[in-house]
Amino acid sequence: MSKNFLLGVYDDEQPVLNAVNELRIKGIRVYDVYSPFAIHGMDDALGIKRTRLTIAAFIYGVIGCTLALSMMIYMNVFDWPMNIGGKPAFMGPDFIPVTFELTVLITALGMVGTFLYVSRLAPGVEGDLIDPRVTNDRFIIAVEIKNEEVRRKTEEVLKSYGSLEIRERLTEK
Amino acid sequence: MIQESAVRPPLVLGDKTYSQMTEDIMKPLETKPNLLWLAAFSIAALVMTMGFALIGYLFVEGTGVWGLNKTVGWAWDITNFVFWVGIGHAGTLISAVLLLFRQKWRTSINRAAEAMTIFAVMCAGIFPVIHTGRPWLAFWMLPLPNVHGSLWVNFNSPLLWDVFAISTYLTVSLVFWYIGLIPDIATVRDRAEGLRKTIYGALSFGWNGSARTWARYEVVCLILAGLSTPLVLSVHTIVSFDFATSVIPGWHTTIFPPYFVAGAIFSGFAMVHTLMILTRSIFKLKEYVTIYHIELMNIVIIITGSVVGLAYGTEFFIAWYSGVEYEQYAFLNRAFGPFAWAYWTMITCNVITPQLFWFNAIRKSATATFIISIFVNIGMWFERFVIIVTSLHRDYLPSSWAMYSPTFVEIGIFIGTFGLFFTLFLLFAKTLPVIALHEIKTVLKSSGEKYRQAAAHRVEKGSAGESPIMPEISLARNPQQETEI
Repeated sequence: MSKNFLLGVYDDEQPVLNAVNELRIKGIRVYDVYSPFAIHGMDDALGIKRTRLTIAAFIYGVIGCTLALSMMIYMNVFDWPMNIGGKPAFMGPDFIPVTFELTVLITALGMVGTFLYVSRLAPGVEGDLIDPRVTNDRFIIAVEIKNEEVRRKTEEVLKSYGSLEIRERLTEK
Repeated sequence: MIQESAVRPPLVLGDKTYSQMTEDIMKPLETKPNLLWLAAFSIAALVMTMGFALIGYLFVEGTGVWGLNKTVGWAWDITNFVFWVGIGHAGTLISAVLLLFRQKWRTSINRAAEAMTIFAVMCAGIFPVIHTGRPWLAFWMLPLPNVHGSLWVNFNSPLLWDVFAISTYLTVSLVFWYIGLIPDIATVRDRAEGLRKTIYGALSFGWNGSARTWARYEVVCLILAGLSTPLVLSVHTIVSFDFATSVIPGWHTTIFPPYFVAGAIFSGFAMVHTLMILTRSIFKLKEYVTIYHIELMNIVIIITGSVVGLAYGTEFFIAWYSGVEYEQYAFLNRAFGPFAWAYWTMITCNVITPQLFWFNAIRKSATATFIISIFVNIGMWFERFVIIVTSLHRDYLPSSWAMYSPTFVEIGIFIGTFGLFFTLFLLFAKTLPVIALHEIKTVLKSSGEKYRQAAAHRVEKGSAGESPIMPEISLARNPQQETEI
């Protein structure tokens, strides 16, 4: 099914934020906003739910910590205990540095991997780039047009915040 | 954007727009390399080649070609390792710690500083590997199952902790740096054509600037910063454990972890200066890396330099206070023994020269900062040399006392790592944006010179209706209101 989008192009982030706010007040769902940098407050304006990546990061951290500790305990306590001056094979404090490093490593890699996966970012992926100027100095609001009523209202709002151009885009999906 | 105090100097000079910023920062990537770059690159590549040739010679002949002896078993190699790891620390500090503290000035220098971190850690990694004597068996440092039993690595050893610390540090820094680069690589992609577009397109991971991705992206960067901050402190702490957990007088001190971390930040900021002062003039980025940035980094150098100076004094005091004869001798030998010249070079470069930054004129001069940064680099190399060699060369047993002097192989390999470092940095500066474009764009409205002047003008006029303090909050709540920004 093909979808029809109305795109409003701006050259500044402030009117974009205002326009998105007003569209939401008018009950029009904004599909997405494309910008050259992260706009402060845009996630609230769009009603994007807080990402659960932080929870994922914590889980990866727990996994990393457990893996590191169990690896060291298996190797140095059970499989090949060493007699170092009769000290116990399980030397807690000595295991802290490597536990910490592996926790950080697995958290960082796991979280970044998850981020790339959920954001559909990978080497060589052809991103659905709406306009090459959004990585330079243009800000684009994309609204899905379901009927004429939405189109009229959206155009009105986009224009009232000084959009440089308004155009349509059809996607086959 | 929330307006900043007008007293603060702007972070972006001149009348910039978003597209002008893109043009300025992309320019070095899109123009042919000039003669200066080509000359610098050729020299760096040549020096690097010499370094690798000498490493090859070392592998063929064995560590006997170094100046080491039975008493001084660690010298230039470990000095260079600690030196390069220390250099790296400023990059992580700028990109992670200053991100957590919401320091806007980091946006001009974080990209280059992180690149510096990665290249410095690569240079550092060479030394322990070649010092193992049989580098083709370096994988024995990893906990891999083997035919000897399995005979596992010893997790009680600080040298093994170092393997994990350095490799984690390199990996996480690389990931953090690349995540920061993705949106900027997309900018390069969208300006390029042909093969360049294909390559940068593949490297940009299909970035499209969607607000949903940005929302996640910001969280990921924040968590990576939160992870990198304790990581960077842990790395030099563990490096200092290599010494502090031994029973060598002069090494066996509890002050080592904070002392090493402060020294690492100190030397790293000096190296950022050395690189950025050159980069900003070669690539004409003086409007982005301003004198104010240099001044702020100089303040960090005064603080960490003073911490390092205090640590030198504390070491002496504790050696006397401990009442341990060997400890006392180790420190007297440092300052007045045969390596006194190295000790006083260290004191001059690390304790005295940075104090010149108390003078306003010196702190705000790029030339003076560049010269002092070289001094600090030299001083911090000597700090590690003094710690390592003077503690070893006269140990508990006077009959085994020895002197140490490097051979051309050690000197050549060390200079060679500078070649590697600068080769990588020059390649980076010509192929990837040296300033984090998508980040510096976010500070333009609050800290750009032009916008700052406009805001000051509004305050003077006293036009209360426009609410100069927080325009975006009032606008967000009342979208009907007209905006003049």
